[in-house]
Amino acid sequence: MRVFGATLVLAMLVSACSAGSSVSVPADPDAISIGFAAEPANLDFTRTDGAAIPQALLYNVYEGLVKLDADGRVVPLLAREWTVSEDRRTYDFQLRPDVTFSNGQPFTAQDVKFSVERVKTAWTISLKSKMDVVDRVDVVGPLHARVVLKRPSNNWLFDMTTRVGAMFSPSGVADLANTPVGTGPYTFATRKRGDSIVLRANPSYWGRRPAYTTVYLKYYKDPTALNNALLSNGIDVISSITTPDSIGQFEADTRFTVLQGTTNAEVTLSFNNAKAPLNDKRVRQALTYAIDRKAVMATVSAGRGTQIGSMVPPTDPWYEDLSGVHPHDPARAKALLAEAGLRNISLRLRVANLPYAVSAAQVVASQLADVGVNVSIEPLDFPAVWLKQVFTDHDFDMSIVQHVEARDIVTFGNPKYYWGYDSPKVRELLTQADVGTPEKQVQAMKEIARTIADDAAADWLFLFPNVIAAKTKVTGLSRNQVSESFDLTGLGRR
Amino acid sequence: MILGIARRTAIFLVSVLAASIAVFLFMAVLPGDPAQVALGINATPELIARTRAEFGTDRPLTTQYFDWIGGVLTGDFGRSYVTRDLIGPQLADRLGVTLWLVGAAMVIAVVIAVPLGSFAAVRHRKVSGTVISGASQLGVAVPAFLAGILLVQVFAVQWRLLPSGGWTPPNQDFGEFLRGLVLPALALGLVQGAVLTRYVRSAVLDTLREDYLRTARAKGLMPGQALVRHGLRNAAVPVVTVLGLQLTTLLIGAVVVERVFVLPGLGSMLLDAVAARDLLTVQGIVLVLVIAALLVNFLVDLLYTVIDPRLRRS
Repeated sequence: MRVFGATLVLAMLVSACSAGSSVSVPADPDAISIGFAAEPANLDFTRTDGAAIPQALLYNVYEGLVKLDADGRVVPLLAREWTVSEDRRTYDFQLRPDVTFSNGQPFTAQDVKFSVERVKTAWTISLKSKMDVVDRVDVVGPLHARVVLKRPSNNWLFDMTTRVGAMFSPSGVADLANTPVGTGPYTFATRKRGDSIVLRANPSYWGRRPAYTTVYLKYYKDPTALNNALLSNGIDVISSITTPDSIGQFEADTRFTVLQGTTNAEVTLSFNNAKAPLNDKRVRQALTYAIDRKAVMATVSAGRGTQIGSMVPPTDPWYEDLSGVHPHDPARAKALLAEAGLRNISLRLRVANLPYAVSAAQVVASQLADVGVNVSIEPLDFPAVWLKQVFTDHDFDMSIVQHVEARDIVTFGNPKYYWGYDSPKVRELLTQADVGTPEKQVQAMKEIARTIADDAAADWLFLFPNVIAAKTKVTGLSRNQVSESFDLTGLGRR
Repeated sequence: MILGIARRTAIFLVSVLAASIAVFLFMAVLPGDPAQVALGINATPELIARTRAEFGTDRPLTTQYFDWIGGVLTGDFGRSYVTRDLIGPQLADRLGVTLWLVGAAMVIAVVIAVPLGSFAAVRHRKVSGTVISGASQLGVAVPAFLAGILLVQVFAVQWRLLPSGGWTPPNQDFGEFLRGLVLPALALGLVQGAVLTRYVRSAVLDTLREDYLRTARAKGLMPGQALVRHGLRNAAVPVVTVLGLQLTTLLIGAVVVERVFVLPGLGSMLLDAVAARDLLTVQGIVLVLVIAALLVNFLVDLLYTVIDPRLRRS
């Protein structure tokens, strides 16, 4: 028996001297705990990619000049108001007075200059290129910052609502990975890796005080464990349910409310547009006609989600329902394949090894078999192997993955992107949309969405639903996931 | 005896060295580029190249290996590719959680197995012995993660008696810590207890058939007394061997159980690190697990000589 005793003593010693900074969730009415599926690797989104960091920190700990509201509109945040010059290159931002960073420093136009320029110099994630269009930032007055662009860009102001627009203090960037310093309604308190992050209300916040003074962001890699945590009162909210089959148990239980909205995540059957036989538009159209997307959605997400037909979610201003462009029509698919002179073709469907992708692949393969297309399904370890082989080396015919970034329709303007779609028309329209007036932008973006849908540049199977389950006492959750942030500022309680 | 210990120590050290090379090579052939995974889907080739240089993954494998193992020998496991934090302190923190889990599971397994196994052996032709034997057979067939899911369904979701997962450090709130440890430790310990029950039963059965036990009975001891005074020590040798193996199994089983119960232990750290191709972290964790397994074997070898004096001479 000595060996067990020894193990236990060793365990006690090791934990006693190391397991320091964790949290449990006490039954405090001013506290709320929210469960997430993906945990931030660290707290520095300037140098580490991944959606989990801005999800936790943006709008909550960090704020920008502008933010994206629940309906997808750009609204003021640290800027009270702004004007755009006639040539659409100069933005004059009037800043809110009395804003301080959580380290006590006042927020001024100097910080705007510092933060925007720092994206170019110190950031390493690829999103930093969003600030390439900035020519310079002028400090006109303590509360007046002027940003001059190299060319007009509607996308730039939108990007300012994302993490690249976050405002930093020169005295607060020493250890971003562990000590974030922002102007937001919450400050970072503690973090237990593999478990949770704790945020506390910022006592000197300039705006409305949040309803909950303590927020526990709890991380559950396993979706069943996340569901169980809510069912067993371990947490108050599931930020997003990734297994639609499990939604019914929350809807049936009076303790919970369930909200269903939209995301930016297009579940996309991508085609390798640069390689035969999928470089032939007729073949891509045939495959798109052959697939019953509603059946795919029924299998993958219990029928929850939105049929979109192009790369635009309903929360973008240029959304149109294009799901009818290529309706399910196997006869037409066969005719198009015959017209293209193809019989008995075999295609490799190399998908991310994630449940939604593997399950969608089964339905797609069986429907394509009905029109005489042989599909071999290869699940690839995601992200590592998928990124290398499909995304970088373009070694695939078709793939299935969620494209989760906002306004990622712009990737169709990049011929080197993994789907190899090369259309001078789309590139020209993208430029027009970026430099034109907001009205012109909407018009051009609509045309791009229609063009890529007509070309069957990809098959947008469906838009993944945003499903939130919460205890009924929690109010103010937004139905749609529009921005990069899980915005805590609107939360309240009954 | 000292020579024996020296020999075993040498074998232990050579095994650790061989394991470190194997772990390193395995990580090197794993498809997927850590730099690319760290940077995400919009990274430019230049940025990826620069990050590779920053990580040092563009250097020859031998240089990388000696750099790494040299650091490990001085307690420096390097810096994670993903979190950019030092790996060593993280490993210690996570190892603490896993050792609690494994230790508690082991205690549960032994507390179940020794009395039940002995009882089943003594009563092996009776109904009660057969029932225990059958139940343990059933327990052997249940994987720990399934036991975990069932325990959560009943005790956390249905009855809401215990948390469905999560971790509270013992020095923060000992009551919460125990509540959180019960279900995962049971999930691991019940299954191992069932396995161990079978070994204890057969070891005790063998011992019961020995001549010296008959002699003990002949000089007037009750069957139970004879077993406790003369039998258990002899039955312990095979059982300790199995315990050593089981401790290794428990460490591996902990990887899965930690995921089910969302415990921030070594196992969940390993799974995350593999997915993110955080190769240095994976290497560090696997090396620690391998050393732990070898160390257990080494200790079991030494323990034999403590239990059975006859082995000291060989």
